[in-house]
Amino acid sequence: MKIVVCVKQVPDAKDVRLDPKTNTLAREGVQSIMNPYDRHALEEAVRLVEQYGGEVVALTMGPPQAAEMLRDAVACGADNAVLVSDRAFAGADTWATTYTLSRAIRTIGGCDLILCGKQAIDGDTAQVGPGLAWRLDLPYATYVRKVVDCSAEGLTVERLMDDGYDEVILPLPALLTVVKEINEPRVPSLKGKMKARKLQVTVLDAAAIGADPACIGLAGSPTRVVKVFSPQLAGDRTMITGTVEEQAAQLAEKMEALL
Amino acid sequence: MLRVDNTACIGCGLCEEECSFGAITVVEGIAVVGDTCTLCGACVDICEAGALRIEEAREKAAGSDLSAWSGVMVYAEFRNGRVAPVAIELLGIGRELADQRKVSLSAVLLGSTLGDAGRELVAHGADLVIQVDDPALAHFTDEAYAGILEDIIREKKPEIVLAGATAIGRSFIPRVASGLAAGLTADCTGLSIRPEDGALLQTRPAFGGNVMATIVCPDTRPQMATVRPRVMKVLPADPDRQGEIVTHVPAASRLSPRARVIRSVAENIDKVNICEADVIVAGGRGLENEKGFALIRELADTLGGAVAASRAAVDAGWISYPHQVGQTGKTVCPKLYIACGISGAIQHVVGMQSADVIVAINKDPEAPIFNVATYGIVGDVFEVVPQLIRQLEKRKGR
Repeated sequence: MKIVVCVKQVPDAKDVRLDPKTNTLAREGVQSIMNPYDRHALEEAVRLVEQYGGEVVALTMGPPQAAEMLRDAVACGADNAVLVSDRAFAGADTWATTYTLSRAIRTIGGCDLILCGKQAIDGDTAQVGPGLAWRLDLPYATYVRKVVDCSAEGLTVERLMDDGYDEVILPLPALLTVVKEINEPRVPSLKGKMKARKLQVTVLDAAAIGADPACIGLAGSPTRVVKVFSPQLAGDRTMITGTVEEQAAQLAEKMEALL
Repeated sequence: MLRVDNTACIGCGLCEEECSFGAITVVEGIAVVGDTCTLCGACVDICEAGALRIEEAREKAAGSDLSAWSGVMVYAEFRNGRVAPVAIELLGIGRELADQRKVSLSAVLLGSTLGDAGRELVAHGADLVIQVDDPALAHFTDEAYAGILEDIIREKKPEIVLAGATAIGRSFIPRVASGLAAGLTADCTGLSIRPEDGALLQTRPAFGGNVMATIVCPDTRPQMATVRPRVMKVLPADPDRQGEIVTHVPAASRLSPRARVIRSVAENIDKVNICEADVIVAGGRGLENEKGFALIRELADTLGGAVAASRAAVDAGWISYPHQVGQTGKTVCPKLYIACGISGAIQHVVGMQSADVIVAINKDPEAPIFNVATYGIVGDVFEVVPQLIRQLEKRKGR
């Protein structure tokens, strides 16, 4: 089974701080990391291949420095890594991104299964997985928390719903997006780190994937960001002081007025 | 791509300061653009020297007839025998947008044994309900639901399509948008019409809520958005409201998706789904152990609310993941959110900052949770909460 795992390099949320005075993003020292959900997708791919055989290809679209994250993916069990990188991809929204990723997957000869994290923690759109499935005409399931079985009939998975879960069976090839409950990602092994060091990351540019310039980057994106601003936090707090009894009484009064 | 006119740039650094993505640095008196640029345009707006512009890689395909698209359409999620609350909220904002645009508001209702759901949608503002009531739609599948909705959109040509940012909406709406080559904005918290050209302004949080972005679809229709539950105001039901309910007959091929649902299991994670709760009592590391959550639960029961938690409490195993609020958990928007022993890391705050009223109880007066609080109490949760329960009970008894 050939599994492609889509991974994205994102700013580390741990380092992202809101400046309480200016209410802007403090960005100094913000590290780039692999999107945490993608790490779970990678782990699941590695486990499936350990069980059923095959190979895991880590795929990303990003700037040249995203190659570092791909090395991390290989250290954690991916067999190969592909970086789709070109200045022409800049400004891509999810529509242009799924086009680019689908072209790249076709270029590397397709696959039996695509795994993605449920969403990336920078954009939080959760649109690339389903969009990519449409591009490649694949059945898919989102918010997968468990792969129950892999048989001739296909993959049986549990996908989270707002009120519980659905058990779904999908014929392969297919695409899944996964939640963090699905597994506990491993730390890189020594062997993995050695392999990562020697790895030749395959780099594909727009020409290599045969991309239509009208479909990539900003030009290929139906959406436009017209304004970016800091959210207004409530901020105008009232501190309630006094003895515990007094505090509780005041708070209870305010709550009662609300409800 | 973002271009800097080196002759016009005065190296003032305004753009560097304004950029939320750290993409601009002034080097030797000239702004230099890095790889993290998202082409948001904030720097272009702030530049006083007119030295920055965003260059489109090609001319827009002119003449795509946007005026052929008219009307606002809402996808009315229906599951387990009821219309999802978010669908009713969408009709509220949908009505407002439709009235501003002087167009009609339609709702698409897909499912099995729909009963009077269509009437309910009309009462809450829909002019037209297009429904498919078929046993094949008893379970949600992305392919079937997306295919049918795509067909209906192609036929009716609405300029705006809204759906709830629920597990279902966030799953199949991207497929619909892909099929239509339409722009889709996820998780909107604000929608309005741009007066100049009638475009839909879609505002959403990004970077885990640290940044808000307003997005438009200048050249494509429909303009599609998923909208967070509990953000939009519901229009009160008017049982006398008139509207048409029609049946759409889907192509047979649409009703045989490749992915099949074997069974649907309801997991009653709590008495109330935290995303729909009016009152949430949340606990964090300050609760010290599982027993601390018994206290939180008691307060929640007193207020008729739901129990939530920070990631720290979930990771410690004191409460299960479905209760987690924040960047890697759920986003909630209750009327009242009571944070007990939660420090208020940004990853938690982004999941609850849209609550109407936030109460923070924490030992540490410097805890960042107080920055977003409406009411703050510096004190021991184990002293304050039992007192609070007593006070609330006393008031109830009155």
